[in-house]
Amino acid sequence: MRDVAIIGIGHTKFGRASETSLELFSEAALQAVDDAGVDLKEIEALFQGAALPGFEEGQVTPPGFSAAELNLNPIPATRYEGACASASIAIREAAMWVAAGEYDMVIAGGVEKALLMGTLFATRTFAMACHAPTEGPVGLTFPGVFAMAARQYSRNYGISIDKLREKMAHVSVKNHKHGALNPLAQFYKKLGDLKVEDVINSRLVADPLTLLDCCPFSDGAAAIVLCAAEEARRYTDDPVYILGTGQGSGGPLSKMEDLTKPVSRISSARMAFKHAGLKPSDIDVLELHDCFTIAELIALECMGFFDWGEAADATEEGQTELGGKIPTNMSGGLIGKGHPIGATGASQVYWLVKQMRGEAPKGNQIDPVPEYGMTDTLGGDFGTLCHIILGKGK
Amino acid sequence: MEGKEQEEMEKEYTVLTFAEYEEGLRNGKLLGLRCASCKKITCHPMPVCQWCGGRSLERIELSGEGELTTFTVIRVPSEGFEDDAPYIPCLVKTKEGPCVVGRLDYDAEQATQELIGKRVRMNGSYTYKGDKYSGGAHTCPVFEIQENKSVTQINAD
Repeated sequence: MRDVAIIGIGHTKFGRASETSLELFSEAALQAVDDAGVDLKEIEALFQGAALPGFEEGQVTPPGFSAAELNLNPIPATRYEGACASASIAIREAAMWVAAGEYDMVIAGGVEKALLMGTLFATRTFAMACHAPTEGPVGLTFPGVFAMAARQYSRNYGISIDKLREKMAHVSVKNHKHGALNPLAQFYKKLGDLKVEDVINSRLVADPLTLLDCCPFSDGAAAIVLCAAEEARRYTDDPVYILGTGQGSGGPLSKMEDLTKPVSRISSARMAFKHAGLKPSDIDVLELHDCFTIAELIALECMGFFDWGEAADATEEGQTELGGKIPTNMSGGLIGKGHPIGATGASQVYWLVKQMRGEAPKGNQIDPVPEYGMTDTLGGDFGTLCHIILGKGK
Repeated sequence: MEGKEQEEMEKEYTVLTFAEYEEGLRNGKLLGLRCASCKKITCHPMPVCQWCGGRSLERIELSGEGELTTFTVIRVPSEGFEDDAPYIPCLVKTKEGPCVVGRLDYDAEQATQELIGKRVRMNGSYTYKGDKYSGGAHTCPVFEIQENKSVTQINAD
């Protein structure tokens, strides 16, 4: 298998968009092509994450239309659906096809337009990523799933719910701080100086999670251009290499041993580390799936960055902040930057590449420029997990 | 038709269908499957044992008793559940081993962390009428805390 490089990146402004999903994806794809300095005609295939386009715009099979919008048809264009991990599995597949030698140059990314659905219907459609037969009639929502995980975390480690709410709030404070510094974030220049009390005292969504423990509904797109590593330096002086990827599948919540230790996430992260030949201590920066504050803690532990039950204290101590042991979500994460679900994995890759080029916004850039970064993306209630490890060198 | 093909046609892949499981819930029964290989119990039903993947399963009825492992109070519901909120989804580890997801029959304003670990018993079921996307109505079990009898009745059937 060949090594694979990222040579171009694109990212729309997250938040509320007036453009169609097709326009949003085109914008991100054209930015990525321009960034790479390649001609559209060189693109041989398109890999698109999109979770709910049928419910958002009455559009299924969007990637064919995206290819057509870019005058790329009839190249193969395929949709990848893994709920909120859709773009990550699209990128993983794209990397596999390039590594296998089938294509030399492809576009991968994702798009979502969830805001127009409104909270009630968006909550309904997102809940479609729960196990419909058993979790459907219960009326489980995504905040509900993670609220249940938070209560298990509290019980497992003997941290009272009130104490845990404080510790979780630090995730929201940190991620909003960095989201407010990110011009492409939904909350740019907003909520940058949140206090722990603000998070705790905001409206309860699913006990014990409040509105500020949750990421928002969002519109947006992100895309990257991938090529065979040996060709990368023809296009750019600072390619970023895909060193390893992992993917894991979960199941109904009731078949899980412990919601705070999802096997799908643990095995996916280990697969990526094994593939890359790296370990957690090698990684300099993380973009991980903080759909809810508790989710960031669970992810940090499952990926092996902290022992079980220690991510809450570590976050409170600033170990996941700039200058800490492992800076996490310096883009603002899903909470501060926004979460257009089908695009999120590509956005995470975009911001890692920005970090590795030293181009992250002031106040978010890690110094020295990181060598290795890792994404973590979760779809459904631990149904689809994907990890991607990037490096400045091979 | 060859004998082997006939056998394939008549082979039962699903010993307990989901519809039968839901009908059981509506009749106050928690139905499951026992694996002939590992002897463990699968619930809700699957075509293979949830523990070892075994293919030889027989129908059984669970006691409906277990331990509350976690819950939440939903304040912001999804479309279709506006009239239910606040309501309490929960996970229960049954006495027989498998966990099931259901609703907890308890006063949402009084539901605190201390409930976790308490013994619960299935005391009914909840049937959601469904929406355009749910493939019809579906039913889940409802549990009550055994030490504290039901405080409020949620819309159990």
